[in-house]
Amino acid sequence: MLERIPAAELRYVGKRTPRIDAKEKLTGQATYVSDMVMAGMLYARVKTSPHARARIVKIETEAARKLPGVRAVVIGEELDYRVGLYVVDKAILAKNEVRHYGEAVAAVAADSIEIAQQAADLIEVVYEVLTPVLHPLDALEDDAPLVHPNLGEYDYMEAAFTPKPGTNIANHTKLRKGDPEAAFEQAEWTIEREYTNPSVQHVPMETHVAIVKWGYGDQVTIWSSAQSPFTLRNLFCTAFRLPHRNVRVVVPHVGGGFGGKAGIGIEPLVAVLSKKAGGAPVKLTATREQEFSLLPCRSQLTYRIKTGVSKDGKILAQQMTMYWDSGAYADYAVNVTRASGYSAGGPYEIPNARVDAYTIYTNKPFGTAYRGFGHVEFHWGLERHMDLVAKAIGMDPLEFRKYNALREGSTSLTGEKIRAHTGNINKCLEAAENAVGYGTLSDAERQREAATGMKIGKAVVGLHKAPAMPPFTATAVILRMNEDGSVTATLTLTDYGQGTYTSIAQMIAERLGFPLEKVKIAFESDTDHDPYDWQTVASKGLLLSGNAAILAAEDLLKNAYDVAAQALRAQICDLDHDGEKIFVRHHPESAVSFRQLAIGYCYPNGNSIGGPLIGVGRYIAQGLTHLDKETGQGLPALDWTYGAHGMIVEVDKHTGEYNVLKVASVFDVGKVINPDAVRGQAIGGMLQGLGTATCEGYIYDEQGHLLNPSFTDNKIPTAKDLPLEVEAISVETPQVDGPYGARGVGEHSMIAVAAALGNALQNATGAQITHMPLRFEDVWRAIQRREPVDNWITKSPYGSCKSAPEIQRHGGEC
Amino acid sequence: MKRIELTINGDLYRRDVHEHRTLLHVLREEIGLTGTKEGCGAGECGACTVIMDGLPLNSCLVLAVEADGAEIETVEGESKDGELSGVQQAFDRHHAVQCGFCTPGMLMTIKDLLRRKPKPSRAEVIEGIEGNFCRCTGYEQIIEAVLDATGQLEEKGEIKHA
Repeated sequence: MLERIPAAELRYVGKRTPRIDAKEKLTGQATYVSDMVMAGMLYARVKTSPHARARIVKIETEAARKLPGVRAVVIGEELDYRVGLYVVDKAILAKNEVRHYGEAVAAVAADSIEIAQQAADLIEVVYEVLTPVLHPLDALEDDAPLVHPNLGEYDYMEAAFTPKPGTNIANHTKLRKGDPEAAFEQAEWTIEREYTNPSVQHVPMETHVAIVKWGYGDQVTIWSSAQSPFTLRNLFCTAFRLPHRNVRVVVPHVGGGFGGKAGIGIEPLVAVLSKKAGGAPVKLTATREQEFSLLPCRSQLTYRIKTGVSKDGKILAQQMTMYWDSGAYADYAVNVTRASGYSAGGPYEIPNARVDAYTIYTNKPFGTAYRGFGHVEFHWGLERHMDLVAKAIGMDPLEFRKYNALREGSTSLTGEKIRAHTGNINKCLEAAENAVGYGTLSDAERQREAATGMKIGKAVVGLHKAPAMPPFTATAVILRMNEDGSVTATLTLTDYGQGTYTSIAQMIAERLGFPLEKVKIAFESDTDHDPYDWQTVASKGLLLSGNAAILAAEDLLKNAYDVAAQALRAQICDLDHDGEKIFVRHHPESAVSFRQLAIGYCYPNGNSIGGPLIGVGRYIAQGLTHLDKETGQGLPALDWTYGAHGMIVEVDKHTGEYNVLKVASVFDVGKVINPDAVRGQAIGGMLQGLGTATCEGYIYDEQGHLLNPSFTDNKIPTAKDLPLEVEAISVETPQVDGPYGARGVGEHSMIAVAAALGNALQNATGAQITHMPLRFEDVWRAIQRREPVDNWITKSPYGSCKSAPEIQRHGGEC
Repeated sequence: MKRIELTINGDLYRRDVHEHRTLLHVLREEIGLTGTKEGCGAGECGACTVIMDGLPLNSCLVLAVEADGAEIETVEGESKDGELSGVQQAFDRHHAVQCGFCTPGMLMTIKDLLRRKPKPSRAEVIEGIEGNFCRCTGYEQIIEAVLDATGQLEEKGEIKHA
């Protein structure tokens, strides 16, 4: 799909273009589901569990039902439905047992939000509190309580996942490449470490919200802040055993998602309330507190990496073991496990590899997709590890990375051949290196050290990610010409802030040769009216939907040319067009305007031909395969986007306080379609990555109560947390099958930021930190060479990490 | 129920409201001005920022009855006669909007900031918008937009090519 048009001839692609949705949002006129009100609409509230694990002895709802204005009350035992993305393991409301703090136990729909809340408060639940299992490693013990004793009875996607009934393992992903045992024998150095990070909340500014109307004859309409209208519809229909044609999903503007609004969320619960209330539309808006615990989070990870390195610094073998904390339900965590498993080694060549990645049930809010889909979490460990390995063998960490980087002729962990056009990780590393002046301090930096008494440290890290998606991931775009010769495109790729719709408008204008103002992308997605798209996730939208948009533009032009050729009594091969008309190339005065062709061409005597002009573009991922379940070999990657971050920090060695002075983020995006949009993704994702790195994370007590479900206790970055200087840099190695050579970059900016911070802090102070986030007190403790104290589950050693290096050298002491 | 009067963006609204309802809920649900957003309902995120009698505040923390007789400014009053304000235009030029959910509150905070400091420094812009969360943009393009709107941006932030 690479359009071989010289950059100089491109009119819109690669040019600064304002977002097509900006003015609507700037005036407050953009409609989000949270703004919507419908005639007869009821408001819902949810009763949630105060316990991490408990048997439900009794639920008393009578007082709630009797409250004037209450129209429906539902509890789990009256609902015979189970929902699940890959493992069908979740009831709509907890039945018999609650499995995590904040789980929905009962729900109410009433005339007002106040009545609904009052009714929810009147519901009395009697629990028999049970001992929860909170840490994934504890959950693997033989005597651990089972979060899902009936795991063996659940449906699951067999092509991709392997649950282990009778255990807490929701999935085990395996990958085997080469002969790691033999390679470890040959290694000069063997270095093994463990890295950890807690669960994190996505924090879209708009919390999850849905309005559902369960109409007559089981005709269901869902308005939702969802990232994935069609996958939502599919999962909904499966859960409720409804034909797909009965269910319509409408998604207007969405106030952020970051993965947390992929798949299915609160919609089934709102649907059963509507059904019980006789078909009235019911609206449920998650409170911010519920966003932390009723809705899913990003999974906690414990990542153990063992690396065998040759005398000259070549990685010979790597053993990678991931313990993913799924929380109470499998949701996306099983696929995060799978996708992280097959790219666990980062953008480096590892000839002999063994990966075992486990998704483990615990009694905590469940894990789901979050920007980076596991790669933020495992790159924390991996890119810290690369530095620690390099230092242990006496090599510069950046040189060690470059020496081991994937390049043309390398093979990935799954056996994929890396080609020149896959992308260029070393170019990214070098650009980051130059941007931060890696390896030296400038005069200004030395003066700053002298003036502040702080130490400056620098680091460069690498990263990679491919879209995690089924091999048959597909999309379509329909392009309709309006009566005035402008066009309107419909697609169900949700633009919840990324700016993809603007980029697609640019590509359509480019391919049609029309002015950009003549191209409209319909913002609201509607499964009854718009063509299929799998989901808006994985940084795959620009490539797949961009290709479909180009094909739709070509189809529309072909259909227009067919009619124009008849109207002009010319051959198609002699025709050309501009933004207004189709004309005969050698007699340009012989022309017919798009306006004349838009709904069908009418001859002067009234005879007409053609009909409304429509272009259809369909695109499906090409040549991907399922992965072998024993070896992990196959081709899962639509494309690989490589990247690097360079970071400069200054640290007070006495207190552990630090400032991030500069971050330079570099991505091989193939082709920049919209420079300001790419920059926005680069900087926005980087700061979200710094949030993860510096302060965000779930804190539990020993009973599994979530202690910080608010912005007071779970800080996210504000403007003051922006580094003093931020830089976004693009590398353009064209993606052969990408639209105009482009590949996705929505998630990548967040990946490996935490490791860059950890490495820069270590370079400044020697602090060896292996868990994140890196709060000032953690840095101080590590500078003091004390054990990192973990308070992510208070008063317990959960999640803490080993600060003592486990380094062995063949035939000698380390 | 209590009868209140609010002057919002210059227009007078008279409503009978429950005493426990917040200004935010009355604006959004009873007057129908949904431009102002609710991000947390607890005064932590700034999405619901409006200007009341010349002071920016979290409208989720003000009871509507407390606002009786007040002059309220919201995002809906920011553009005039179909023309975006200078700050709105700068936001548009600089991609200072992504999902757009924090944007109305951010614009109100900046409106107040520029009244107090017509030419804020970068540090003053950062200080000024600190109470408004944006999860998408990383703030940089918002800061640049404010500097540009006040004629202070020396060079437009750009992605560089390696």
